[in-house]
Amino acid sequence: MTTTPTASDTASTETGRPGGLVGRLRGQLQQLLAFASLIIIVAFFAFASPHFFTTSNITSILVAATVTGILALGTTFVIITGGIDLSIGTGMILCGVMAGVFLTFWGWPLWAGVLGAILFGGLIGFVNGFNVAILKIPPFIATLATMLIAAGLALVISGTKPIYFKETPDFQAIMNLSIIPGMRFPLGVAIFILMMIIAAVLLSRTIFGRYTYSIGSNEAATALSGVNVNKWKIIIYTVSGLFVGVAGVLAASRLSSAQPTGGLGLELEAIAAVVIGGTSLSGGKGSIVGTVIGALIMAVLTNGLRIMSIPQEWQSVAVGTVILIAVYLDMLRRRGR
Amino acid sequence: MSMDEREPLLTIVGASKSFPGVKALQDVGLDVRHGEVLALVGENGAGKSTLMKLLSGIYTPDAGEFFLGGERLEITSPRQAQELGISIIHQEFNLAGDLTVAQNIFIGREPRRAGIFLSDRELNARAQQLFDRLGLALDPRQRVGELTVARQQMVEIAKALSFNAKVLIMDEPTAALNDLEVATLFDLIRRFTTPDTGVIYISHRMDELKVISDRITVLRDGRYIDTLDTDSTDMREVISLMVGREITGEARPQVTDAGTDVVLSVSGLSTKGVLSDVSFELCRGEILGFAGLMGAGRTEVARAIVGADPKSAGTIELAGKPVRIDSPAVAAKLGIGYLSEDRKAYGVLLERDVKENIVLSSLPEFTAALGFMKPAAIEAKASELVTALSIKTPSTSQLVKNLSGGNQQKVVIAKWLVKDCDVLIFDEPTRGIDVGAKDEIYALLNALAAQGKAIIMISSELPEVLRMSHRIAVMCEGRLTAILDNADATQENIMDYATRFSAEGTVMA
Repeated sequence: MTTTPTASDTASTETGRPGGLVGRLRGQLQQLLAFASLIIIVAFFAFASPHFFTTSNITSILVAATVTGILALGTTFVIITGGIDLSIGTGMILCGVMAGVFLTFWGWPLWAGVLGAILFGGLIGFVNGFNVAILKIPPFIATLATMLIAAGLALVISGTKPIYFKETPDFQAIMNLSIIPGMRFPLGVAIFILMMIIAAVLLSRTIFGRYTYSIGSNEAATALSGVNVNKWKIIIYTVSGLFVGVAGVLAASRLSSAQPTGGLGLELEAIAAVVIGGTSLSGGKGSIVGTVIGALIMAVLTNGLRIMSIPQEWQSVAVGTVILIAVYLDMLRRRGR
Repeated sequence: MSMDEREPLLTIVGASKSFPGVKALQDVGLDVRHGEVLALVGENGAGKSTLMKLLSGIYTPDAGEFFLGGERLEITSPRQAQELGISIIHQEFNLAGDLTVAQNIFIGREPRRAGIFLSDRELNARAQQLFDRLGLALDPRQRVGELTVARQQMVEIAKALSFNAKVLIMDEPTAALNDLEVATLFDLIRRFTTPDTGVIYISHRMDELKVISDRITVLRDGRYIDTLDTDSTDMREVISLMVGREITGEARPQVTDAGTDVVLSVSGLSTKGVLSDVSFELCRGEILGFAGLMGAGRTEVARAIVGADPKSAGTIELAGKPVRIDSPAVAAKLGIGYLSEDRKAYGVLLERDVKENIVLSSLPEFTAALGFMKPAAIEAKASELVTALSIKTPSTSQLVKNLSGGNQQKVVIAKWLVKDCDVLIFDEPTRGIDVGAKDEIYALLNALAAQGKAIIMISSELPEVLRMSHRIAVMCEGRLTAILDNADATQENIMDYATRFSAEGTVMA
């Protein structure tokens, strides 16, 4: 922390008690701004195409956002600690394959197979956390390694072929079951919303969230305050891994099969969503609401461009541009105050 | 303060600690009496920090025993030391800037419900109770990163006291405070020292020790030297015990007269929201001191001059010619060097060696065709400066991180000398530098002035400003409130000009 005195220093002392109020309003404003950009993008596409603002298209956007969104939710914790997790994309694929192994190869009952796959995600996260916290391997390297390991294991375990859920046909319902009569509102989206709530409560109301911010803000200070930083880092990576497990189950359920390839790149999309949502890669700052908005912005953009028949090649150009703009605006805003 | 007949509050016996290649502490003992402030002094590397880290559980001693109120202590971790009643406030604060005041104070011991859930409301209420008890004007809900350094320190102190500390250790607590804030801090320390508690106060600032401490313990080269009663001790004696030699304290500059040809002329300098209408002239061979409270805008003047911050108004003339300086690179090209107060962040490359640091800003002069560097020329120039500035380093290939603070500062000065600057702006040139090395830096500044360099020296230590400057510019709230000749300046009138606030009640509590 630099100690260069600034005008805002004196300003805050002059007002005596600048209280949480101004600060909190400012915090709210930041989220409002992110939300406003989402609204603007939605309004733009709604105006540009009559097919955009329909119930069925909005459902497709939510469905498309679900898997990446859940990955982004989990990895928000890791990023707030100042870490990064590159293994969530291929890790998610491996979790799907493990669901196939448990349910199809080993004939476990549905609930056990699903739980097993989610816990397997937790195991991947635990390994990452152990490598980062105990072996002190930088998060980028540690998770780059598990990214490759998970990609390879998914191929090895599945024999490079998709695993179909022949024994448990209900497996596909986890993502696809329509839960509102007369309307296509899949269970998977409801699970996405549930995961948002869980993540938001974890981050803002629990000791887990407090230490997540604290470690990202000043790790040494947190350790000197008697917090077992290593233990909490392992827990944080493990929780992120559980989110990966849930995403893996939903991805496999959506396709009614565990595909052993295709996860590579999803980690970057998830990280992009987190960053668009205003979470700082240097740690200490971030929110679940931001990540949700970030994930929705990405999904809306991809969907809207497709509806406007813009070739797919251009879609990643657009997403990349949005990341630059979003992060730059966020920096301007932070600098401005 | 009453010294009662009880045995000491805290006793350290025979503490030793070695690190690979260094005996940091050898058989050091000291005691803290009930209700006293014990100052612990010594040059950098004397072992003060190591001793305090043993006491606060960050290091484990190789040998030695600690007794608190007669009972032997087994200190295993910082947390446990706190629970035993020993709290330390480090020079570098241990706060998480993104968390609120209350969250920082109770970190690691948050009251939880159902094992994991937190209530910030409860945390804030508890923090408020603590502040009321201590008489601190802090808002539990404010984010620590938004606070001034002085207030962050209050948070640290409140946190330490919330453990019901019996012994409070403060490492250079005033390093970043202005005089008013120091007064507040001393007030807090006096309120804390009751007959059941004691303070260990580490500082380089002798004038402060005179005010706040009851006794002074001196360490040198990892060994215990002596303990003196503050009241009956001359601070020169303390300094000579610290450095192992006599130091002649020079109150006023003994330098030759400053020239009269104006090198740098600044008029009407303003920046958005900070500086307004700052005008002054700087002559060849002159040291112009800049005094003022924290946040008065002294560093901002320097940053605006060298183009690190955008100017909203004002002109700068160099040797009579108006110049436009939009970036520090332009300033350097024009011969204006700025030596930041934060040496480690902006001054040196810690992981690179001495010679590379010295030639860093003039590398094109040491580069042959195709971008190949000329190692012989670099070595020659670097050796020349190492000798000229008597930088203590085994060779020019030593990594800068292995040098002491004073020698790192000399490397930064050397870098600007290679650049052959006419104007040098020193921002807190002796911050974090021990007493002996300070004298060398002063001598160097005087020598540079004598050679005809024009020097601006920003300093928060008034004795330093008075000792070094030909003239003293005093700032308050971004305005220049006075330029005093050294002969007319006193600590009192400088403080008077430094507190010429435009509105009432803006001084921080």
